[in-house]
Amino acid sequence: MATNSMGNIQKIKKKLKVLIVDDDPLNLKIHEKIIKAIGGISQTARNGEEAVIIHRDGGSSFDLILMDKEMPERDGVSTTKKLREMKVKSMIVGVTSLADNEEERRAFMEAGLNHCLAKPLTKDKIIPLINQLMDA
Amino acid sequence: MELAQMQKSLQDYTKSLFLEGVLDSQFLQLQQLQDESNPDFVSQVVTLFFQDSDRILNDLSLSLDQQVVDFKKVDPHVHQLKGSSSSIGAQRVKNACVVFRSFCEQQNVEACHRCLQQVKQEYYLVKNRLETLFKLEQQIVASGGMIPAMELGF
Repeated sequence: MATNSMGNIQKIKKKLKVLIVDDDPLNLKIHEKIIKAIGGISQTARNGEEAVIIHRDGGSSFDLILMDKEMPERDGVSTTKKLREMKVKSMIVGVTSLADNEEERRAFMEAGLNHCLAKPLTKDKIIPLINQLMDA
Repeated sequence: MELAQMQKSLQDYTKSLFLEGVLDSQFLQLQQLQDESNPDFVSQVVTLFFQDSDRILNDLSLSLDQQVVDFKKVDPHVHQLKGSSSSIGAQRVKNACVVFRSFCEQQNVEACHRCLQQVKQEYYLVKNRLETLFKLEQQIVASGGMIPAMELGF
């Protein structure tokens, strides 16, 4: 695995499967590129309902799910709760806005997230979580 | 113009955008994601931003021109523009949206109109600057040169 001077993994050995759930095409494009840059493969869902359908129909399993909070059809909180009810064991990382207050973030975490990150996402924010996944 | 001179001009121009606060480090993050497999990544993302923003600003103008302003419609648009401007590093647009949202919360129509003008001003500024930046890059590539990497070391 390639590492930088800080010892962080810049590229991961195993092809991590990531589901990116976001209604914003711009964020989807950026997050897909980040996942590709760190050696993962991604699938996208434009809202929480699509994410639920992906899990219900295909029985897909993902190593990591990046879950936006504010989405039409079904928001991030509701989607996370639903996926956990469906016994989805993927690491689910909530992606929040800096405008979200502590109470909103806590409610999101309590829905079943493993972690929460603030937008905008960068490689440096995601890589420590990937390392954690790899170690688990 | 010589290639080295063009590359220096591009670096100086890009640096000025950061120093003026038009762009922040998130733009650098996007540039670092660009590679040979997707050499137009940044311009594709920025083009998406322009398309989204044009639509949002138009919707905001219409919403604020209503006799009775529905802030339940206005605020999500500003929130979306704040998010997308933050995602590409358009710092001044983002900051203008933060102020705009605070007046949406207060349901202050007059202030929101002023904020919209400010957001538009910042948006057209960053749009103009980025279009110039991409033109400079295209000139370098057309001359057979490489785009120099930019680092925030200033």
